[in-house]
Amino acid sequence: MNVENLSLQIDSRVVEAPAGSNLLQAASAAGVYIPHLCHHPDLKPVGACRLCLVDVEGRGAVLACRTPVEGGMVVRTDHPEVEFARRVTLELLIVNHHGDCLSCVGNQDCQLQEAAARVGVDPERLARLRRSAPSGEIDASNPFFTLDHDKCVLCGICIRTCNEVAGVDALEFAFRAHPMRVSTFGRKPIVESRCESCGECVVRCPVGSLAPKRFERPAREVRTICPYCGTGCAVHLGLRGGRIVSVRGDRNSPVNRGRLCVKGRYGYDFIHHPDRLTTPLIKRNGQFEEATWDEALDLVARRLAAHRGDRFAAMSSARCTNEENYVIQKFARTVMGTNNVDHCARLCHAPTVAGLAQTLGSGAMTNTIGEFPDAACILAIGTNTTAAHPVIGFRLKEAVGRGAVLIVANPKEIDLARHAAVRLQHRPGSDVALLMGMMRVIVDEELLDSEFIAERCVDFEAFRRSLDGFDLPRVERLTGVPAQAVSDAARTYATRKPAAILFAMGITQHSHGTDNVLAISNLALLTGNVGRPSSGINPLRGQNNVQGACDMGALPNVYPGYQKVNDPAVYTKFQAAWGTELNDRPGLALTEMFHAMSAGQIRALYAVGENPVLSEADSTHVLAGLARLEFFVCQDIFLTETARLADVVLPAATFAEKDGTFTNTERRVQRVRQALEPVGQAKPDAWIVSQIAQRMGAAGFESSDPRRIMAEIAAVTPSYGGISYDRLEPDGLHWPCPTLDHPGTPILHTQRFNTADGKARFMPLQYKPPAELPDSEYPLLLTTDRSLYHWHTSTMTLRVDGLKQLNDRELLKIHPGDASRQGIRDGETVNVLSRRGKVQVEARLTEACPPGVVSLTFHFPDAPTNVLTHAALDPSSKIPETKVCAVRIEKGSGKA
Amino acid sequence: MLRSDSRLDAVLALFDGRRGELIPLLQRVQEAFGYLPEEAMAAVARHTRVPESAVYGIATFYAQFRFTPVGRKHVMVCRGTACHVRGAPRILQTLEKQLGIKEGETTPDGEYSLETVACIGACGLSPCVMTNRQVQAKLTPRKVAELFSREAEAAE
Repeated sequence: MNVENLSLQIDSRVVEAPAGSNLLQAASAAGVYIPHLCHHPDLKPVGACRLCLVDVEGRGAVLACRTPVEGGMVVRTDHPEVEFARRVTLELLIVNHHGDCLSCVGNQDCQLQEAAARVGVDPERLARLRRSAPSGEIDASNPFFTLDHDKCVLCGICIRTCNEVAGVDALEFAFRAHPMRVSTFGRKPIVESRCESCGECVVRCPVGSLAPKRFERPAREVRTICPYCGTGCAVHLGLRGGRIVSVRGDRNSPVNRGRLCVKGRYGYDFIHHPDRLTTPLIKRNGQFEEATWDEALDLVARRLAAHRGDRFAAMSSARCTNEENYVIQKFARTVMGTNNVDHCARLCHAPTVAGLAQTLGSGAMTNTIGEFPDAACILAIGTNTTAAHPVIGFRLKEAVGRGAVLIVANPKEIDLARHAAVRLQHRPGSDVALLMGMMRVIVDEELLDSEFIAERCVDFEAFRRSLDGFDLPRVERLTGVPAQAVSDAARTYATRKPAAILFAMGITQHSHGTDNVLAISNLALLTGNVGRPSSGINPLRGQNNVQGACDMGALPNVYPGYQKVNDPAVYTKFQAAWGTELNDRPGLALTEMFHAMSAGQIRALYAVGENPVLSEADSTHVLAGLARLEFFVCQDIFLTETARLADVVLPAATFAEKDGTFTNTERRVQRVRQALEPVGQAKPDAWIVSQIAQRMGAAGFESSDPRRIMAEIAAVTPSYGGISYDRLEPDGLHWPCPTLDHPGTPILHTQRFNTADGKARFMPLQYKPPAELPDSEYPLLLTTDRSLYHWHTSTMTLRVDGLKQLNDRELLKIHPGDASRQGIRDGETVNVLSRRGKVQVEARLTEACPPGVVSLTFHFPDAPTNVLTHAALDPSSKIPETKVCAVRIEKGSGKA
Repeated sequence: MLRSDSRLDAVLALFDGRRGELIPLLQRVQEAFGYLPEEAMAAVARHTRVPESAVYGIATFYAQFRFTPVGRKHVMVCRGTACHVRGAPRILQTLEKQLGIKEGETTPDGEYSLETVACIGACGLSPCVMTNRQVQAKLTPRKVAELFSREAEAAE
């Protein structure tokens, strides 16, 4: 798109500016300063501060930020009239602005200082105008930042940021007229408002009114990738004296454009937390004793040598880098001679990988995050995006602001539903029925893309016949969603193109998770919404590098790049590459490993960066399995609930203490850079694994330098073939990137699908109910969700004081109707019981949960939700059904 | 109050939920409750799909909206010119002392609420206050103390 450049005069200089830009932008691009407070490049101009007045010949004084450039304009920024008006406005702002510049976080980074310096102010006039006293009102309720009303210049940038950038709408001007102030709903402290603490307003405050509580200007910055979710936001860690003193989003990153969520901006205290493991530990007589690396590594090498073959299993980690995952799976396969290697993707997107591999040939997001704002329709099903992928949540809300129609399908009323045009609150586990019902409407009303189906898909007829069972009355009965809403959603999705589908654990964590994924795949194919910009099937991956861990073959059935271990051509290739015999039997999935441990088939376990004691469904069977191991080595950054059970614990480095790459949810391989030296004697995982391998006499583990490991990955992994560290600057590459001159592939399947015949496959489906539904004994359905403030089993986030303060305990979300039937009050302690166990938690009455459904996170070790959940496995992907089980609630007795 | 409150539902049912209906909606809510309870404003926000903070921002602009419940006896102290010159400030002061609340507040038992108004149009009776619909005329601090004695009330 070429934008026309217009020529105009600013202060006697001729400058060029693109059509559609405003005078403030034109001047600033030409290096002409115009004072302003309320303008921010990310926000729509509002002209609130009145400082950017300029004179336009023939028109008089106008606001530069609100005046589009026109060819031939003659603009003066120093006209006496505008200078006079600007000075008065500025003086009135200054006299209402209280605070000591030297102690202000905004010092030297303050638009008011800047304006005063350029405009000039008269101290005598200021003294005359000054309001008698500051109000002293500071809202310090948020753990991460303060709002000082005495410094506020009422520019509204925080309000517009909260609305336009974050879509949270926590702030607004209230008490307009003289007492006007920035206020939350009901003038409550910020922490009690709907604020999500993302800090985007703090970043944009032009003065020091919104200011971080902890701030030191960094001595240097290191650009790396956020360690939390799969979005893969680029961050600059600010360092000073070996500590992280500031964090800011990288505005140049196409992934997050500078935006961060509360965890990504403030969640870093865990790195230097005193609980960090700093030395190897060896358990002797039931007690951990500190050991040297040599002692620990020699012991591990000796013990593991006795368990080679399928009696060994390794758990790799979606928290670790690609290079580390590669080394771990290579260790299991070459040194230990087994394919028993898996990681927590088994518990999140295994059905996606299994399902989409069948239908499209590739189990990853088909499109990229940056395309969402241009979609005409977005269907978000089984994703609480604003809590689990907040920065992608920003994009979805941006898309709605730009006219996209949002359909939210979720059993609970999630915050994203506020922005939705169509809301579907279906029963947990009824996704197949809901989606097939929508497809039935699309087929019946002939809203399908016949051309796309004929040209690019196969097996349509069989699929079409399977729709017969999904007439709307039955769909309504199964899902609880009115037939009319199902039709509305179907028509909306089918007629507004491009349409993107986003999904997450709400789809996958079911005993029929793969069917759910297949249903999504059918829906997108039916309407031709694959292979085109801003459309597609977009599984939002959970962990920072869960995509990469899968890509690297930390899975029991595939080598790096999803090359099947039992394909003779493939394993011959890997035998040659790795110079050793390989086992061609697919290994056990994570969820099967615990049974195998209980049965005595797996005798030794090497777990890296995983905490299955809290994260696995039905944790009692996990504990039983771990208890039977003959040797258990655990590698982590903290002594987790799982690590406590190990024989040897090895201290690992965090993301900030090592180099490598993460692959985000949109298949973008990005560089992770070392900012700090590892604490104590902690070491990067790749070093540790390589040391064990070397001590076991293995070849191929001589270097733990991530750059060299990536070269080896590229050599054996076709989709990573063109990836090297030099090519990852600045913003990474999307796989597949097969050759060094390949630009990467942001959108998959544009020409052909990654299947043998190049065609996508429709799959006939039937409705299957969840494995365990409520009955008279356990009358409520328990589903699981996530808190914005915590990550997974909270090993990191519960060690960040501010995050802990924002959410310090497990809460059982329950509908007031269900609660009142048992006389349960808000805040009361209750026992939640399933057939497998019991936890004690506080009840939180909320209509966000529909009647009959209760909900827990699994973030809190003292209320281990997975004691309750059901390990019914999806037959093809082996994921446990953590989204549905039956429970009953009993009034608590104080102590568990 | 939870989301499903029958008075609130009755008010919401009168409106389609268009943005432009926000102010009439808030007025009807205030008629039903005597003020704008926070939960009701939140329900109005959901109904009109306007952010809660924006509903609050709009409501706080208008003097007609109240954010605390009025007492069973709502006392309006006239501060019009006539009442002012004839001692309204002292009437207000005495009332605040007698009722134990400040202007704009409601007693914890919900019996009294107190506010000042610019003029109730009874200048001939100044200084005066209006309690619910009834005007008390030509007041003095002593008369106020008698009329608004909470101890006397308790003894009744």
